[in-house]
Amino acid sequence: MSETTEKTYKRSHEPVFWGLFGAGGMLTAFLTPVMILITGILIPLGIINSQNFSYEKIHGFATTWYGAVIVLVLVALPLWHTLHRIFHALHDIGINRGRDWQQVICYGFAFAASIFVFTLLLQMF
Amino acid sequence: MSELMIEIDVLRYRPEMDEKPFTQMFEVPYTPDMSILEALQYIKDHLDSTISFRWSCRMAICGSCGMMVNGVPKLGCKAFLRDYYPKKVSLEPLANFPIERDLVVVMDDFIKKLEEVKPYIIPEKEKCLSEGTYQQTPEQMAKFKQFSMCINCGLCYAACPQYALDNKFTGPAALALLARYNRDSRDGGEAQRMKIVNQEEGVWGCTFVGYCSVVCPKDVDPAAAIQLLKVESSKDYLIGMFKPE
Amino acid sequence: MTKRKPYKRELPTDWWLKHAFYTKYMIREGSSVLITLYSLILAWGVLRLSQGEAAFNGWLEALQSPFSIFIHLLALALALYHTITWFSLAPKAVDLWLKGKRLEDKVIVAGHYGAFAVVTVFCLLIITL
Repeated sequence: MSETTEKTYKRSHEPVFWGLFGAGGMLTAFLTPVMILITGILIPLGIINSQNFSYEKIHGFATTWYGAVIVLVLVALPLWHTLHRIFHALHDIGINRGRDWQQVICYGFAFAASIFVFTLLLQMF
Repeated sequence: MSELMIEIDVLRYRPEMDEKPFTQMFEVPYTPDMSILEALQYIKDHLDSTISFRWSCRMAICGSCGMMVNGVPKLGCKAFLRDYYPKKVSLEPLANFPIERDLVVVMDDFIKKLEEVKPYIIPEKEKCLSEGTYQQTPEQMAKFKQFSMCINCGLCYAACPQYALDNKFTGPAALALLARYNRDSRDGGEAQRMKIVNQEEGVWGCTFVGYCSVVCPKDVDPAAAIQLLKVESSKDYLIGMFKPE
Repeated sequence: MTKRKPYKRELPTDWWLKHAFYTKYMIREGSSVLITLYSLILAWGVLRLSQGEAAFNGWLEALQSPFSIFIHLLALALALYHTITWFSLAPKAVDLWLKGKRLEDKVIVAGHYGAFAVVTVFCLLIITL
């Protein structure tokens, strides 16, 4: 049963994406529920006064350097988590054609969205 | 006194005569202390002697009698009729392995992977007998003990959808045993084994479904072993970036 | 000649519907679809923010539609499911040892829930203050 020739091992680049997935997953686990609750439910329903989420307040926050970093992380980092999962779920449901392209599209999407938000924040300064 | 009976469906496959597997139903006298394995032995002794299944120790240590019991990977000797009676029990060979005959599967692929991870201590440098034994503290042993309880029964492979989807994946038991030796203070073979871990087919084939750890009859936690190896592999990746071989 | 003829069973594409454990796994992974959508809604909000007050107020108004509320409720449920599964699996990726004993799973999970409660209350406070 033992093989006579030494097998060659190919290192995966997955640690890069797994690291981002883990960071995004951690953020999503701790913050996404309360974020959805605030921006998607409590403010639209008027339970929290929308004055607390006014243009002036948010714009003021997003144009400080730390505010911009927080907004970027809150908006973009979860995408590195979710698109990693979507990429692997495609394999799970048997979509095996063009895995390379699926990878480019999934992580490319997260990357593009991150750059999009980053550029907008930069513009506002 | 009329005996209590239980119905048992067995997936049969006789390679010399069958194109594909079929289900055969047997009626077996029921007692609450009867294991699935004993029911199969009853069938072989009294109802149909052609039925094939693996078994040896009858006490959950040899790892031979793994099978699907109502779709769940279990050891035949550790699963009891009382947990199913009066409902029917359906027995199938372990999922995700090819069927050799009836409830016997071909485990060659798993054995090959097990051999590949070098599941034995590779000392950093050979010690002469006169130098005495390799010593270890209880704390050092605690780091790997849990993962060393594996009996190679293959239930975790039958539980793993990633192995089912792509059997190039090294799989739960082999990776748990790999972790067991990497975590052993007497071992110096980590560098050799990390090459296996770092591959796509290594730990990165796992999506953390976690069912392997649920079905393990020896409470090994392969899912945890794999997560910890993912952390190790990521560290190894970072080191590799600054210090290419 | 060998009489061996191993039979390979096919994995059905809907394997994840055949067993509750796998279905829950797929819901966990599927939660990412709505969380992705939520991130895009926020990204859209940042775009509107950069376009001035009227644009931003338009975004806030759009969030008030019943459909938007429904989507957010669904996203909230799935995000919470992600949180629960993430916390329950967290001990498996943690290898903390205190005095030669591994930190107990219960402690790690409880720690996560404690931090979650603090973070949630903190966020609700800063937004209302």
